[in-house]
Amino acid sequence: MDRLLLIASTFCFLFGFAYTMHALGARVYRPSRLNFFALLAGFGLQTAFLYVRGERVGRCPLTSIFEVLIFLAWAMVLFYLLIGPAYRLSLLGLFTSPLVFLLQIGALLGLKDLPTRTKIPPNAWMELHAAISVVAYGAFALACVAGVMYLAQERQLKTHHIHSFFYHLPPIRDLAVANRRLIVTGFMLLTVGIFAGLMIGNLQSHAVKIAWSIGVWLLYGGIFALSKGHRLSPRRAAWMSVGAFTAVLLTLSGITFIEDAVSY
Amino acid sequence: MEIVCFGLSHHTAPVELRERFAIPETHAGEVATRLKAAPGVQEAVVVSTCNRVEFYIAADDHRAGVAAVQEFLAERIGDADAEHFFQHPTAASIRHLFRVAGGLDSMILGETEILGQVKKAYAAAAEAGATSKHLNKLFQRAFNVAKEVRTKTNITRGAVSVGSVAVELAERIFGRLASCKVMILGAGETSELTAGALHSRGVRSIFVANRSYDRAAALAAKMSGTALHFEDWPHQFRDVDILIGSTSAPHHVLTAEQLIPVMRTRADRPLFCIDLAVPRDIDPAVNDLDGVYLYDIDSLQKIADDSMNVRRQELVVCEEMIERHAQEFGQWLASGWTGAPQGFAPAVSGGLKS
Repeated sequence: MDRLLLIASTFCFLFGFAYTMHALGARVYRPSRLNFFALLAGFGLQTAFLYVRGERVGRCPLTSIFEVLIFLAWAMVLFYLLIGPAYRLSLLGLFTSPLVFLLQIGALLGLKDLPTRTKIPPNAWMELHAAISVVAYGAFALACVAGVMYLAQERQLKTHHIHSFFYHLPPIRDLAVANRRLIVTGFMLLTVGIFAGLMIGNLQSHAVKIAWSIGVWLLYGGIFALSKGHRLSPRRAAWMSVGAFTAVLLTLSGITFIEDAVSY
Repeated sequence: MEIVCFGLSHHTAPVELRERFAIPETHAGEVATRLKAAPGVQEAVVVSTCNRVEFYIAADDHRAGVAAVQEFLAERIGDADAEHFFQHPTAASIRHLFRVAGGLDSMILGETEILGQVKKAYAAAAEAGATSKHLNKLFQRAFNVAKEVRTKTNITRGAVSVGSVAVELAERIFGRLASCKVMILGAGETSELTAGALHSRGVRSIFVANRSYDRAAALAAKMSGTALHFEDWPHQFRDVDILIGSTSAPHHVLTAEQLIPVMRTRADRPLFCIDLAVPRDIDPAVNDLDGVYLYDIDSLQKIADDSMNVRRQELVVCEEMIERHAQEFGQWLASGWTGAPQGFAPAVSGGLKS
């Protein structure tokens, strides 16, 4: 039942992505409500999946990499729905759809999903840590998307090679502001998440993951501090948000593997 | 019943002739009513713009329609130079109206102003009681076709003049321009046009610096801006979002070295530099600085040319679209005017209002 909800939501993101790609290919792309509603429907189905899964496992559904990826995809769409329309960043949906689709299809096809009701009693700090941290990574993911859009637009403006796609990108100043705000939001949330993680106790058994999390916190904290003091140009902030999130994605699976190996 | 299009346009007649035949907007309904009263004429619409004067007539036969217009012109103007006029039979008239409404027959390919002018002309004739089912359906269909051409192709895509390209780029960089500050260095004609285009899109804060203060004051007054002595522009420059250079200075007025310390204080605010001067006012190296976007006259013109090329490429698709609609409408006419024409969507009331 819950997987069906997830599959349906994946189709929504695929539809939004395919529709936009088709429109771009035909060179008559205009931000459409169809893409927005596809994302909205996908978000509704994701939420339903997480609710049903949470009931099934008896806690916040962050018990496996599979669930973490779905939660991350959910957080990304949540941020898009919150900031996209507000900042006239409708095309953010175009870049959000493929990322969310790839995350979900990757999770569905490539990862084991064996939900089991855990016998360990739920720990409020643990659940807060997991949920807030994943939402923080959702903000970082969307900052990365805004960064990619900024760099694409900046390149066209600098080289004077204006593609028809350019006319549908949000204003570059808005993208710079969105990128900075998402990094700030993500950093604040991650700070809360790490604090909650430290409150769980039994730190030695999660030493690798804690070290990694603090590393990510320092990385984004550095970007946050530099952009806060306006010592970081929007272009560098965009590059750093893309680079930092890529590093997080690339190291996440490795860290999980090491953590599992150490725990055995 | 046949539909006749008779008239002249920028393709067939010079402006000296077009202005002689132009019919003021306030008289268009009256002229249409008069034409309708001619023998054999059932309905009439007069489309008169700076680029064309065209009479659309629904008449019992082609000759009656042409004769009515010729008689009117002879009475009104006197000797009408026949070689500058065109006349189309029914099928070609339908196609011609669809092309005109879609902006395909305009001097600037794909311009959208013409659709509003055609709508006004039709509204004037309809209000004067000079139209009935034939021209009503024809014009309604023309508005739908024009809308389809504009939304389903790139015929209106991109700006095709230096001024409009500058405005479009500014909107891509800043979004809404109302809060932007513009500084013009040198009160030349092109800079005035560009600043005027920005002003019309909402820019409220404009500074004009010129070696001759009087000229700066005159240009500033036109756009409710502020005139500056030329030596003072660097002091006001720090808060400027858009800089337009068009002085006749033989050297760069703004260099990268001057700009580096300024950009450090601007945080997330980009700077859009438009260099319209030859020799150039702004050192090309400023384009390498983060947050600075420099466009000279050639790069703006190239973007305008590229947009026009895109529009020309779209022409084939638009013509196919129009041909299909014209044939459908022609078939509906030939079928004896029964029912609604194929593919007809009655969306005209909204169009007329707009």
